[in-house]
Amino acid sequence: MSDGSMTALGRGTLPPDRRPPRIAAGNRWLMHRAAKPLLFVAALGPLAGLVYGIFADTLGANPAETLIRSTGDWTLRFLCLTLAVTPLRQWTSWQALARLRRLLGLFTFFYGVLHFLCFAWLDMGLDLQAIVRDIAKRPFILIGTAALLLMLPLAATSFNAAIRWLGAKRWQTLHRAVYATALLAILHFFWMRAGKNDFAEVAAYAVVLAVLLGWRLWRRFARPANA
Amino acid sequence: MPKDRAFDHPVSSEITPRQVVLDRRQLMQGAAALAAMTALPGRSQPARPGKLAPLPAVKTTLAGAQTMDKPTPYAEATSYNNFYEFGTDKADPARHAGTLKTQPWTVVVEGEVSKPGRWDIESLLKLSAMEDRIYRLRCVEGWSMVIPWVGYSLAELVKRVEPTGKAKFVQFVTLADRAQMPGLRSAVLDWPYVEGLRLDEALHPLTMLAFGMYGEVLPNQNGAPLRLVVPWKYGFKSGKSIVRIRFLERQPQTSWEAAAPSEYGFYSNVNPQVDHPRWSQATERRIGEDGLLARKRPTLMFNGYEAQVGQLYAGMDLKRLF
Repeated sequence: MSDGSMTALGRGTLPPDRRPPRIAAGNRWLMHRAAKPLLFVAALGPLAGLVYGIFADTLGANPAETLIRSTGDWTLRFLCLTLAVTPLRQWTSWQALARLRRLLGLFTFFYGVLHFLCFAWLDMGLDLQAIVRDIAKRPFILIGTAALLLMLPLAATSFNAAIRWLGAKRWQTLHRAVYATALLAILHFFWMRAGKNDFAEVAAYAVVLAVLLGWRLWRRFARPANA
Repeated sequence: MPKDRAFDHPVSSEITPRQVVLDRRQLMQGAAALAAMTALPGRSQPARPGKLAPLPAVKTTLAGAQTMDKPTPYAEATSYNNFYEFGTDKADPARHAGTLKTQPWTVVVEGEVSKPGRWDIESLLKLSAMEDRIYRLRCVEGWSMVIPWVGYSLAELVKRVEPTGKAKFVQFVTLADRAQMPGLRSAVLDWPYVEGLRLDEALHPLTMLAFGMYGEVLPNQNGAPLRLVVPWKYGFKSGKSIVRIRFLERQPQTSWEAAAPSEYGFYSNVNPQVDHPRWSQATERRIGEDGLLARKRPTLMFNGYEAQVGQLYAGMDLKRLF
């Protein structure tokens, strides 16, 4: 690890064992009071763009399709961002990234819910029977619904008190369900594109997810000493 | 064995009396006249968008070729479609088709015909009178449009090349030129894109060779300089930018059949009762007309052309031959 920032932070005079945990510049930004509110506003950006598009009529010839697909894309993007927090924390020295994980996870769920609502409303006309029939008919819809339902308990136990009630260990075990969500989400996307044999975008997301999940597996099994 | 045993003669009691036949004829003539009267007023052609060269035409007199549905706005019909040679996104064709070179253009006619040959676009444009027709277009993906096409019945060309007795199918081969079509770099489909029809489908007067839309020549992204339009089949059956028409004895495999045989059949007739394996085909969204929260409209059998084309499929199991 480099310690180039040490002197800049004025801690270089302490003996190495007395030094407080190193705070990288990135961390200082992430620890800033405004970091979370800023991320919150930025994460609402895609939604704002879509809402603007509805009224400005800039969503193309088939706005319903654009809304359904965009909300799905953003769910997948936020899922990737959420899953990137821990590896990034380990690759860089930005420990403070962990503060943003919950917010990103909740936005993943938020866009997932929007995605489902767009499908249920714009595609199915909120006809409950049609929705159930469609979930049964189309495996990729079933998989997508399962991915969303799997996020529900995670979103419901995302606040601090829930961690205390469950105990950190059980809470963490429960929240590992996000890995299953990731697998279901990419399968959902793959299946949706399979009919058109068009996998370029699916492959891009699959590679990102494979790196993020593979890194965890590698740390756990290939390097047990450092796990 | 008597000479005429090869034929089934009806017993005389089964022969329709002359007066009944005449009455029936009169009734049908009346019905035809009525159909003509109701068909002729039609919907007036939408105003020319003024983007491309005009392609003058006369209003069609063909039954069913002038739907009363409201035509889709030109902007949407030319910016939202599938033409994988220019990319798989439905906005890609409008974005990338500028590189398509439509002059000079030749269509090779070959196979089971007495008069094979090469037709340049100029001679095809002059081959028969251009007609304005307004067809519904239903995409297999569940959306639909209403397009005013300019062209003539494919049958006009078929008649001139004189299919032999062996010709049972027609294959349409579309342009596949990497220099002009960036989408060919992707392995989404095997190029060139090929489609096919049964000869009787190809000869049906509603099957159209289109050279224009909205009173002007076809925009590149919509299949310039000439394309097929088969209004009772899902849109992908109507090949764009055609370069070769082959008459065959055997049913040819189409690009989508090759890519996903369980999902796309040779016939691909619009049929609300036969779902795509992955989604329902019962309803559709009319592009540019139905609001965001509007219920999708029911899809019609043979896209509403059952009266004209239903007899082509009499007795066929349309679930099996989808």
